[in-house]
Amino acid sequence: MNIALLLEMAADAAGDRVALVCDGQRWTYAELLAAARGACALIRDSKAEFVALLDESSEASVIGMFGAALAGVPYCPLNYRLADVDLGSLLARISPALVIGDSDRVHRLDVTSSHVVYSRSAFTLAVQEAVVTGAEEYDPGLGIAIQLFTSGTTAAPKAAILQHANLVSYILGTVEFASADDSEAALVSVPPYHIAGIAAVASSIYAQRRIVMLPAFSPDVWLRLVDAEGVTNAFVVPTMLGRIIHAIDKGVHGNVASLRSIAYGGGKMPLELIHRALDLFPDAGFTNAYGLTETSSTIALLGPDEHRAAHGSDDPVVRARLASVGIPLPTIELEIRDEEGRVLSAGQAGEIYVRGDQVSGQYRERSALDADGWFPTRDAGYLDADGYLFLAGRADDVIVRGGENISPGEIEDLLLTHPAIADVAAVAVPSLEWGEGVGLAVVVRGGFDQPDVDELKDLIRQRLRSSRVPEVVRFLPSLPYNEMGKLLRREIKTLLAA
Amino acid sequence: MKPGSRLKSSTCDSEVVVIRYAAGTLQCGGAPLGEGSGATVEIDPAFAGGTVMGKRYTDAAGTVELLCVKPGKGTLALDGVALLLKEAKPLPASD
Repeated sequence: MNIALLLEMAADAAGDRVALVCDGQRWTYAELLAAARGACALIRDSKAEFVALLDESSEASVIGMFGAALAGVPYCPLNYRLADVDLGSLLARISPALVIGDSDRVHRLDVTSSHVVYSRSAFTLAVQEAVVTGAEEYDPGLGIAIQLFTSGTTAAPKAAILQHANLVSYILGTVEFASADDSEAALVSVPPYHIAGIAAVASSIYAQRRIVMLPAFSPDVWLRLVDAEGVTNAFVVPTMLGRIIHAIDKGVHGNVASLRSIAYGGGKMPLELIHRALDLFPDAGFTNAYGLTETSSTIALLGPDEHRAAHGSDDPVVRARLASVGIPLPTIELEIRDEEGRVLSAGQAGEIYVRGDQVSGQYRERSALDADGWFPTRDAGYLDADGYLFLAGRADDVIVRGGENISPGEIEDLLLTHPAIADVAAVAVPSLEWGEGVGLAVVVRGGFDQPDVDELKDLIRQRLRSSRVPEVVRFLPSLPYNEMGKLLRREIKTLLAA
Repeated sequence: MKPGSRLKSSTCDSEVVVIRYAAGTLQCGGAPLGEGSGATVEIDPAFAGGTVMGKRYTDAAGTVELLCVKPGKGTLALDGVALLLKEAKPLPASD
């Protein structure tokens, strides 16, 4: 089933209702569908094999996604923050494409001139002027809906693909059609090349929840839009939430009383920050959503009641759940396995495997699924006795010291309890004796003296084990994160190994 | 009956999209679903429970699954056995 059917159904049931607000312009479901059909005509005329976006989120990203779906070509939003050389090689991999967005940059990088390029405004205008007869045959949606390039920190970026069936299964399984009332609005501020941005658009349209698009995140504009549009739902990455709270602390005003639901994901949420947010937004329900590109977004959730229960509890087990990503969705299966593929029981850490209709696990080059359809996420984690999932970093980030597996998370979580430590990362460093040893990058909290290295080593030796004691400790002004708030461990590794 | 095919009731306004199909005759209001042009046959009162827009319908064994994209008066069935409503498990708006 084609993902564009989600928009067709919304337009059938509530054509005149506002679907999208972007840069002050309002689009109804009927207008969006008409624009997507115009886009389909444009795409088919161009003979493009992909529709790419090199732009921030806007009406054009939504129209481009559904237009590509109707035309039966993959929609491929690109990370506009990439360097020219990297972006150029991605553009070459999707040739010939219809590219929407930064036309100057595409022309500069597209040496073979194989792409058809529209600026955002030119595209939005052209799709409204395109001739649609009503006799068009649209793609049945048996193929690829979305292609997303992974960030590719070690090798060339992989092209993760999501079939229409994966995304549709996720939406139909988790969203009730037309379940949002007229007052509901979802503020979308994640970049269009992130799976959370795509899932937010698809689920809001199916629920008929008005989308308020924030093309470039800034905390001040975010707060202003919540106030002006009466936003009820928002998805943020932890970095965004931190900046919003910082802005409120600095006195940026905005009435946020309309906010009923704040979901977050895409990176590790500092405990201190979520406690702060729960105090600052006492009437909002918080949801932690864990998922991957390859799984069509969310596969586990920590819901609003669990957040409040953990926030207000004295029971250490209940309180600790705030650091979990909650319970796996009922529509998927999830297992923790060791390196030999054996399924582990509660409390034992290993690699997270998932299976289900929403799980693609496919790359353009190969499938990562095993013979029984399970997808190895390369995320490490464990389930507690009640089925709550805790993440323990990427499987590739585990430090292997003399055959012993050390999860960076346990060392980092301990050190973050130290009052003078604002941020910390534990990574593998080369060790002559052990193969790998623990290296620490530490950021000292403002107003505190730099703690003694021996003090930190003693703390780790006493509270954890001597094998966790770092061989290298470096104090840094800050740790490197990408724009989505993901810690760039490889950069720290390089820094500490030097 | 490929996934993605759109089928119309011949007894009422119902339209469905096939999500999953294995074998058997898909019906609505007591008559086969097809690609035809809407209500032309009398509805069977025994199959007049109605369809709801946006709901999914499946057989007990889960071999077929249909999504209602236009509501109508008929009951969806596979080989004369009424299909069951398949509930979504709504999330607390995670994205």
